[in-house]
Amino acid sequence: MEQLKTIGRELAMGSQGVWGSSKEFLELVKTIGEAKSKAEEERIVLAEIESLKRRIQEPDVPRKKMKEYIMRLVYVEMLGHDASFGYIHAVKMTHDDNLLLKRSGYLAVTLFLNEDHDLIILIINTIQKDLKSDNYLVCCAALTAVCRLINEETIPAVLPQIVELLNHQKELVRKKAVMALHRFFQRSPSTVSHLFPAFQERLCDRDPSVMSAVLCALYDMILVNVKPFKHLVASLVSILKQAVEHRLPKSYDYHRTPAPFVQIKLLKILALLGTGDKAASENMFNVLGDILKRSDSTSNIGNAILYECVRTLTSIYTNPRLLQNAAEITAKFLKSDSHNLKYMGIDALGRLIKITPECAENHQLAVIDCLEDPDDTLKRKTLDLLYKMTKANNVEVIVERMVEYIRNISDNHYKTEISSRVIELAERYAPSNQWFIQTMNQVFEIAGDLVPQKVAHDLMRLIAEGAGEEDEDADSHLRSSAVQAYLQILKEPKLPSILLQVISWVLGEYGIADGSHSAEFIIGKLCDIVATRPGDDKLKGYVVSAITKICAFEKAAGQTVDLIPECVSFIEELYASHSTDLQQRVYEFHAVLKLDRDTLASILPMDASCEDIEVDKDLSFLNSFVESALANGSRPYLSDNERRGMGAMTTLASNNDAGTSSLLRFQPYEKPSIPEPAAALVTASHYSQDAIDQHDIYSSAITVSTSSKAPESSSNDGTRLKLEGVQKKWGRPTYTPEAQVPKNPINISDSVKVSSSAAGKEASSRNSSAPPYTERKQPPQEISAEKKKLAASLFGSKAGDTKAKPAAKLQQNGTSKKAPAKPTSPPPPAPAPPPADLLDLSDSLPQTPSVDPVDQLADLISVDSSAATSTTSLVEQVFDAGKVATKGPSPQASLQKDAVSRQVGVTPSGGTNPDLFKDLFG
Amino acid sequence: MDRWSARWKIPMRHRLGSAILAPASPAPRTTMHRSQSLLRGSCKTSKMAIRFVLLVNKQGQTRLAQYYEQLTIDERRALEGEIVRKCLARTENQCSFVEHRNYKVVYRRYASLFFLIGVDSEENELAILEFIHCVVETMDRYFGNVCELDIMYHLEKAHFILEEMVMNGCIVETNKSNILGPIQLMDKSF
Repeated sequence: MEQLKTIGRELAMGSQGVWGSSKEFLELVKTIGEAKSKAEEERIVLAEIESLKRRIQEPDVPRKKMKEYIMRLVYVEMLGHDASFGYIHAVKMTHDDNLLLKRSGYLAVTLFLNEDHDLIILIINTIQKDLKSDNYLVCCAALTAVCRLINEETIPAVLPQIVELLNHQKELVRKKAVMALHRFFQRSPSTVSHLFPAFQERLCDRDPSVMSAVLCALYDMILVNVKPFKHLVASLVSILKQAVEHRLPKSYDYHRTPAPFVQIKLLKILALLGTGDKAASENMFNVLGDILKRSDSTSNIGNAILYECVRTLTSIYTNPRLLQNAAEITAKFLKSDSHNLKYMGIDALGRLIKITPECAENHQLAVIDCLEDPDDTLKRKTLDLLYKMTKANNVEVIVERMVEYIRNISDNHYKTEISSRVIELAERYAPSNQWFIQTMNQVFEIAGDLVPQKVAHDLMRLIAEGAGEEDEDADSHLRSSAVQAYLQILKEPKLPSILLQVISWVLGEYGIADGSHSAEFIIGKLCDIVATRPGDDKLKGYVVSAITKICAFEKAAGQTVDLIPECVSFIEELYASHSTDLQQRVYEFHAVLKLDRDTLASILPMDASCEDIEVDKDLSFLNSFVESALANGSRPYLSDNERRGMGAMTTLASNNDAGTSSLLRFQPYEKPSIPEPAAALVTASHYSQDAIDQHDIYSSAITVSTSSKAPESSSNDGTRLKLEGVQKKWGRPTYTPEAQVPKNPINISDSVKVSSSAAGKEASSRNSSAPPYTERKQPPQEISAEKKKLAASLFGSKAGDTKAKPAAKLQQNGTSKKAPAKPTSPPPPAPAPPPADLLDLSDSLPQTPSVDPVDQLADLISVDSSAATSTTSLVEQVFDAGKVATKGPSPQASLQKDAVSRQVGVTPSGGTNPDLFKDLFG
Repeated sequence: MDRWSARWKIPMRHRLGSAILAPASPAPRTTMHRSQSLLRGSCKTSKMAIRFVLLVNKQGQTRLAQYYEQLTIDERRALEGEIVRKCLARTENQCSFVEHRNYKVVYRRYASLFFLIGVDSEENELAILEFIHCVVETMDRYFGNVCELDIMYHLEKAHFILEEMVMNGCIVETNKSNILGPIQLMDKSF
């Protein structure tokens, strides 16, 4: 029966053409609909393009036919092919007098063209004309097009007309005019900034649909700047109240919920306005409480409103009673069977814990369920939540979860995102260096090349510096365990380049340090590393440096080093490498090998990678050499300035060198007035008695070359120099006195030096060893700034900043006539955890919570156990564990116990796991 | 809701016959380019709540596409391919939200047709889910027992309805008589 009906309907449409479609069009749509594969669809569309190209250009295509062609073009583009040959016809159709054809034309144009397309200019005129039309539907069609086609430059062409239409008698036109202005605000806020009063006037429009359109615009405007709209709180609250109380026409209801989308929009706006503003927030409490009471928690739309309400409550000034309600709603979401509601619940919980961190504990089981759910979306959302609630005492288990997650996904976007979170958490809360290194190794192994180079650098430095204290034993233990771990990792195939770089460096520095591995063995491993990635020049550089160091250590210790054949061939090959960096490294290697034992010990001492290098800028060690040369009748060295002064008489007035009457210099790049390159040269040629400076420089040339930051710091000089040149050229055309740019020639040669001498580059970067070490302090700060920003945008943590003010205001108000404020001093927003220095152990130690968490847990469980009978065994376990732990000396001890149990192999997995349970919330 | 899907289901099966009913195996048919950047167009319109509305059938064929940000045809193709593949792979009892790069995609299935709305991260997913249903109800009121073919035959009408409901990436109108009024007037004038 149903089938008959549909057949009948198809026939009716085909023959009658009520809808203005020809049989041919219906046929096309049908074949597309019936296409069984993408290839078939592709074939149909390509054939269609051919036929359209031909037919659309025929003269005198009837208008109705043309509309059909244009809809066919829309199909062509929708299915992923270019239909630009027909754009002009769509533009033409916007001129049509018939409303349907005109609107179809506008529709096609908005679908085809973006606002910067060349053809737009042809439509502006039509739009202007249509905006003046007597037919309000034509007006609306034009306004709809305005929202899609007008860009920043063309706004002035239509703006006055649209402002006029704000007072059109038809509400539909007013609504669309508001939206057009909203669009202009999105594109270029300054063009409509003078219209804020007009927007506010429309907010009080007698038609609710116009009002709701204004809300869209207001939301965006308030997002940019709250201040000018603060006075609207009362009106918005009253609108919301009316909406909630069913005072809008019935036709705005959706499933018996009054104007839900208007309510949600209003709640969003109120959240922005109430952020950190106690007075404004207090205006809202009533209506928010009303919504919480009235909204129907059995329907999706009711829950959507409730969720939005929770969001608002968590961003405005806190009200404990309403927050309690919000927590109840969140609990209901989390307990729901619907995955959608669970998802919303997890999100809401993430917002709530920012204000009341303790509420997470009530939902432990629900959160763990979500975490273990096969639904990827839910799992990721839960990881977001965990990320938000990470503290020193649960970082290990949370990071473990995250690592486990990224191990199993293939999407690079999320791998990058989550691995950066892991790194952030590890840096901030790492309980021990050992753990940090292990975690980083895992991240490198999984996310590999998605990890920024800087992280690798930090890791290497951590291994080199150890705990930063004078505890050499612990440091060397850390290093040998790192070596051990890396040798283990090397057994796995397909490691990412960045991890191999770290491994090469660590093996080179510490591979033979503890004496458990022979030099041959380590060198063999290093050669294996290269063999896995033949084309990776950067890695080769690391490996050559590592081999150099090992050979030097061995020789310095009085051993002879016999290079294994693979290593010899590897080195030989690099003599002819295309990379000059690699060539230099192997030549250095060659030179180092020829040195005697004592020199080697001073050039490349063990474990000196993080010692500062003192550079003798005066080159005092050359004094004896210079003196003997002078004694032999050489000319004394003249500084650059002196030399220039001498040549001043003979010089030509140079045009480009403002002020400085310099010589015509034929060798501008060779001026050796900076000590570093000279020092480096000396190490290459004379490595004699003045070894102290030399070996430092030399070892730095090897160790620092692993630093990615170092070259940048030196190249910065280069950029700064260029700027100076620009200033000189484009600055004021006045005569620049010499005094202002006396250093110019020196600087130029300085920058050249950087590029010309690699050894000098490394030495100079090492020379300024301060920057890398100060940089070390920066990363945690950056992260915390980011966090703050995120918090500010998500939770309106401006509250933290401005909280002081409203409170002060309140006191004044309290003394005056205003109603006495409730003495509910809200809990301060969760303070952003202090940026922990990743190397500072004292900071990263687990902080002792003020209340013993195990006690809380025990209380909680004893309450819960009556309800959750299914989990009694679990509860007992946890409870027991809790008892034992409470007897222990401190929470820290119980933490250690956890750590031990984890190491033993109690991995938190499976539906309900006491360890995970405790680790997360303990 | 149940009433809805029931009404929606029956006509579709019969009309498009075996093509629709054939077991969907989207994986081999999609030759999409993973690496293509989908982020380019998004910076200019970062404030928009709704980034796109897509109607896709369960074979992954696009039935209606409306973007509220600028993307090239190739970017659209890639985006549609990736998102549709993700959504089609999900089961009934998983949640109706999928994260995709910087979008969250809210989807709802009606018989063989998927409605997908891409939103930015600050949007209320549950509300968007209901908005989809509101769109379907509105189309249903206009077409009467709407089905995939109705939308295909009257693509422009479906677009007009959407134009009335979403502007500048915002939900502007959910009142069905306000939405359909001007469109029905226009039909009369034709």
